[in-house]
Parts: sequence; C-alpha cells; structure tokens
Amino acid sequence: MSDTTLQTAAEEAVDKSRSRPLTRWLPGSAIGWLVPALLIAVWELLSRLGQIPANVLPAPSAVAAAAVRLTASGELQHNIGVSALRALSGFVVGGTVGLIFGLANGLSALSEKLTDTTLQMVRNVPHLALIPLVILWFGIDEEAKLFLVALGVFFPIYINTLHGIRSVDPQLVEMGRIYGMGSWELFWRVILPGALPSMFVGLRYALGIMWLTLIVAETIAASSGIGYMAMQAREFLLVDVVVLSILIYALLGKLADSIARLLERLSLQWHPAYRR
Amino acid sequence: MNAVAAAISRREGRFPSAAPVQAHGNARGVPVTLRGLAKSFGPKQVLKAVDLHIPAGQFVAVVGKSGCGKSTLLRLIVGLEQATAGRVLIDAEEGRPSGARIMFQEPRLLPWARVRGNVEVGLDRSLATSERRLKAQDALAEVGLDDRGDEWPAVLSGGQKQRVALARALAGHPRLLALDEPLGALDALTRIGMQRLIESVWQQQGFTAVLVTHDVAEAIALADRILVIDEGRIAADLPIDAPRPRHRGDPALAALEGRILDRLFNDQGSGI
Repeated sequence: MSDTTLQTAAEEAVDKSRSRPLTRWLPGSAIGWLVPALLIAVWELLSRLGQIPANVLPAPSAVAAAAVRLTASGELQHNIGVSALRALSGFVVGGTVGLIFGLANGLSALSEKLTDTTLQMVRNVPHLALIPLVILWFGIDEEAKLFLVALGVFFPIYINTLHGIRSVDPQLVEMGRIYGMGSWELFWRVILPGALPSMFVGLRYALGIMWLTLIVAETIAASSGIGYMAMQAREFLLVDVVVLSILIYALLGKLADSIARLLERLSLQWHPAYRR
Repeated sequence: MNAVAAAISRREGRFPSAAPVQAHGNARGVPVTLRGLAKSFGPKQVLKAVDLHIPAGQFVAVVGKSGCGKSTLLRLIVGLEQATAGRVLIDAEEGRPSGARIMFQEPRLLPWARVRGNVEVGLDRSLATSERRLKAQDALAEVGLDDRGDEWPAVLSGGQKQRVALARALAGHPRLLALDEPLGALDALTRIGMQRLIESVWQQQGFTAVLVTHDVAEAIALADRILVIDEGRIAADLPIDAPRPRHRGDPALAALEGRILDRLFNDQGSGI
C-alpha cells in the first residue's frame, strides 16, 4: 500500500513538472507582473462600481487618460527627462566619490585613519535634514537636487565598497602575491572581483535612496520634474496626475533596479547564488 | 635526544645517495640550504636555529605535531615569512625564490575565474595569450582535468579543486614545490589518488619537493627523506630508501611508520 502511495506521489510530481500552468503560459520574467496587473484590474473594477470615489483615487483608466493627455502636451516626457537626469547625475557624482573613498579606505590604512571618522560622523546626519540649509545655499536650482542625491547615494556605495574590499579572502591575496601578481594585477584579478558582490548590494541600496531623495527634494523645492508635477496637480486637485506621478516613480525605481540586477547577473556569473 | 637529532641532521649534504634524483630525465630541481634559520612570533620561538640541506630534486617530507613549526619552516623556505635569524639559500642564492611555488591545504582558486584562468595565474605574465592558454591546457591535462577548463571552480569537488591548484603550481614548471598539507582536507581515497599524481609529476618534472604533512603514512609513501620536527628543531632526519612505486601496507614501511609515530608521541627516541 505504501508502495502505491509512493508511486502516485511520484507520478503527481512528474505531472506537475510537466504541466506547471503558470510557467507554460508566461516567460519567467513576466510572472512578476501578474500581481500588479491583477491589482490594477481590481482597482479599475472597484472604481467602476463606485466603491472608490474618483476624488480619492481615480480609476486606472482615468490615470491612463491623464498620461495620454500629458504626453500629448509634452509635459510628461519633459518632466520624466528632467527627473531622470537629476537622479542620474546625482548618482554619478555621489557614486563616484563614494567609490573613490571606499576603494582608498579599503586599500590604504592611512587613508582610512584620515577620513573614516569624519565620514562616519557625517553619515549619522540624515541627509534630508540638510534640505533647509541646501535651499539657503542653492535655492531651488539644480545644484540643490544634485547635492542631496549625491550625498544620499554616497554612503551606501562608500560603506559597501569598503566592506567588500575588507572581506576579500586574505588567503587569495597571499596566493596572488606568491604567484607574482603586482599591486595592479592583484587589485584587478583578486580584490575587485572579491569586493564586487558587496559593491552591488551598495549599488542597489543607493538606487533606492536616489529616488527617495529626489522625490522629497522635488516635492519641496523644484520648478520642474515629476515631484513638481505632482505638487502642481495637487494645487488644482488633479488627483489623476498625482497618482500618475507616483506610478511613474514606481516604474522608474523598478527600471533602475532591473538594470542593476542585470549588471549583477552579468558580472557575478561565477557566484553560485547568481547562477540560473 | 637533541644530541641524536643534531648528529643526524649533520649528515646533510652527503644525503642524496638513495634519492632517485638521477633517474629524472630533466632534473630541474634546485638545492635548498638553511643556515641557522630561526623564527619568533613575539616572545614565542617557533624555529630554533635549523640547519638543513636539501639536494636538487629530492622529495622531502616534514612531519611533526601541530604547532611544532613545520608550516613556518615551509613558509620561510618559499619566502612567505621573514626569518628572525639565519638564512635561506635556494640554488645558493638568497632572496625570494622566483621558481618556487606553494600549494596549500585550501585550493585557493579564484572563484571568479574559470578553471583555465586559474591555472594561467601560475604562468609567466610575459607569455602571449594563446601560449598561456596552451600551457594551461597542458597543465590541466597533466592532472587529468583537461576537459574541465571552462568550468567555474564552484562546480568542482574538493579533490578536483586541489588538482586545479596543483596544475596552477605546475604550470610554470617550478624548480621548487612546497606543499603545505595539500591533501589534509581530502577523503582517504581521493588522497591516495592525489599522492600518486604528485609522485608521478615529481618524477616527470624533477623539481625539489618539500611536503609538510601530519600523515606519516603519506610522508613514507612519497618522500626520499623524512624530517621530524619537534619544538622548533629537526629531531630526526630519516632516509627512505624503499623503491618506487611504494606499496601501501608493505611491512617494512609499516614498521618505519610505527617507529616515526613512536618518536612523535614519546620523545624517547626508541631506536630511530
């Protein structure tokens, strides 16, 4: 009897792996979009049934209509472009500086002694607390946003680069030395690849902070961008545009994360955890 | 006991009588000489004035209890540590030996480089890419992994990883190969296979080999000569004349193993 139950269980397992309805109809990457699509459908349905008042949360179709309207006027593309450029430039500046300090302090004890205490003190000040000061310094111009985003992005990149370099296996470094690697080769072939997984953690964390900082900065002090668009819409009670802005932030954040993941998978192929 | 040890170690230099050095077609090994070599870590003296001569191409095994200083001796020979006193002469020259390679208990492969890339680490940087590739492939073939060059190290078994490490060490045709308990983490069967592999590449390439091990049977299976290290000194220096390939379970070798183990465990020096 136990034999037959075993057999049926085995057969069931075979059947399951053979059919697996979800994966058969959708490619792997599309499954992640199933839940958002379902939520939007339910949201649309409830709005049509009058369960959600339009002045609280407009229907997805209304949001889509707003998107079409703003695209036609060119306003949407302009604001997305402005926001993306701000995010990217702040990220590049803060990320580069963070990377430089992370590498320097990871590789040189002197550099670390010199700067780490200062950096740790600055890190403990929430960068968004600097907004009043930044507005005083830069007004609401581009520099203010760039400064805040760069500052926010700096620390996760710095700390994770430093940690990554610290956690490189010293036995591998010793091996590299025995096999005659010079400092440069040791860095490229042993230290940097060893630090990379940790650096990617920093990268993804920094992308999150990048959007967060930008949203706050654009909402408080800006004359263009998605955050500004949302605040303007609030003035005129255009709830659909407010919701659209929020959705665009979500999509841009997801896009940035996907790019980071792709880079991660390409450069960490050797890592068993990233292999598919 | 120390007097005995000193007497034995004084026999250095006249040693190669039994060693099959001459049998190697292309004897590429280098002689290694230690003069009054001492090493301290803080107040702890790990090695006390070691004098030793290893003729070119000899296979020497160093055994001893853990913490006796045998690994330190090896690290000093390949230049991974600086001696507190005394000198290491390789091919009658001082300084970091360029033709020396060391193999550790851990394979120490770069996880982010393919197997072939890892072997190429052991090659001269000045070689052309195609030549490096070819030489790495040869080294892999030598350890029986010629079809695994494109794999990541993570998919290999422990024994295979250690074979890649051996291929990396052999790729540059070393003149001195130091082995720091390279088989310590392997299972018994894999270990025997690796011992045979190490013996055969040593016979083919003729490098000088210094093997640190805690496995006396392994030392007897492989070495021309066994050094017993105790409390930072060479406590015994024993030639192993048995012909190769040596049979495991040979009664004469087993008796020798028993005597060495006795020596390690009660320092009375029972007839060695």
